[in-house]
Amino acid sequence: MRIVVASGKGGTGKTTVATSLALIAAEQESVRFMDCDVEAPNAGLFLNPVLDTRKDVGVLIPKVDEAICTYCGKCAEVCQFHAIAVIGKKTLVFPELCHGCGSCTLVCPENAISEHLDVMGVLESGRGAQGIDFSQGVMNVGEPMAVPIIRELKKWEVANLPFIEIRDAPPGASCPVVETIRGADFALLVTEPTPFGLHDLKQVAEITHELGLPTGVVVNRDGIGDNAVQAYCDENDIPILMRIPMERRIAEAIASGTPLLEAAPEYRPYFQSMLEIIVAAVGA
Amino acid sequence: MKLAISISGNTLDSPFNARFGRAAAFCIVDTETGAWEAFDNPALSASGGAGVQASQFVAKHGAQAVVSGAFGPNAFDTLAAAEIEMYLAPGNEAHTAAEIYEMFKAGQLTKAEAATHEGHHGVHH
Repeated sequence: MRIVVASGKGGTGKTTVATSLALIAAEQESVRFMDCDVEAPNAGLFLNPVLDTRKDVGVLIPKVDEAICTYCGKCAEVCQFHAIAVIGKKTLVFPELCHGCGSCTLVCPENAISEHLDVMGVLESGRGAQGIDFSQGVMNVGEPMAVPIIRELKKWEVANLPFIEIRDAPPGASCPVVETIRGADFALLVTEPTPFGLHDLKQVAEITHELGLPTGVVVNRDGIGDNAVQAYCDENDIPILMRIPMERRIAEAIASGTPLLEAAPEYRPYFQSMLEIIVAAVGA
Repeated sequence: MKLAISISGNTLDSPFNARFGRAAAFCIVDTETGAWEAFDNPALSASGGAGVQASQFVAKHGAQAVVSGAFGPNAFDTLAAAEIEMYLAPGNEAHTAAEIYEMFKAGQLTKAEAATHEGHHGVHH
């Protein structure tokens, strides 16, 4: 079972909720945790994994053998991203535009194109707290595309699918978030009861709706803002599975890297029942 | 020689468009005869790589020089590979393509010797 934790808005508490959900699930079952926020992966700060396995990732960039190339231009024609151009007797490759789809290599009638890995980041994995099978993608600074790294992270199954896989999504509602959500069985959307939380919640809820994914909401910093998130969820039949009130002691603990479950053990039953609801929703 | 001018519209009287990759169209003028033709820019709707696509487009139409308001790194590299000269015209005042053409003939435009701005897709390395 794959649960993705997303939010739209940054800083709502995705990682706080995802890591505590993983910790409670790991008390009974095998859990894999995947930090898909490859631009700023930080779930490891709560789960303290020993990262002992690494793998370079990137996209396969074409390399043209000028001795064989006849400058027919078929590669440039097929490229949807204009990452390869044939001008007179020159073939130019623009690695930063390439999505690594391999179409140019396939269509080249002379077999003049070979592919080489253009490293964009690294995948890391290891055991974390309570034996959680932890993995994360780390994108190199300055890289424009997170999706290929997230895609590789999802494919990088060190072991078989455990009972539960939890994916911590990046903020936003664009391609990296869609890639993280794709293939999941349940979306848990963490929001805050403010116009900003609601605005971005709507964007992500539209994505999960479009993908036909069962969805639930966690309202973090409950008590601030207004009731518009509640109204939106009621209107769209999205259940609110948990509320975490705005409390200084929780904020302080999380700011020092203590998981919510440890800082506020009275939330254990709420996480437990939320997990049960999710398992039941996916099973049905 | 053939000169391409980035424009919004489809005639020599259309306004000059200071963007290259995302210009609405290109007016291609034959500087010997004064004959011109306008072509919609296929790169206008490209999801990425508009500069590369627009460069290949003007090269295919035989342009040996191009006037725009800015050239990104990918457009610059592609136009340079095609040995197309790049000229810069001011985009902050309204001009028609015909006026830009007169400025070109009068030698009032400066040549771009390097990309005028960074790419829109971030820096790769």
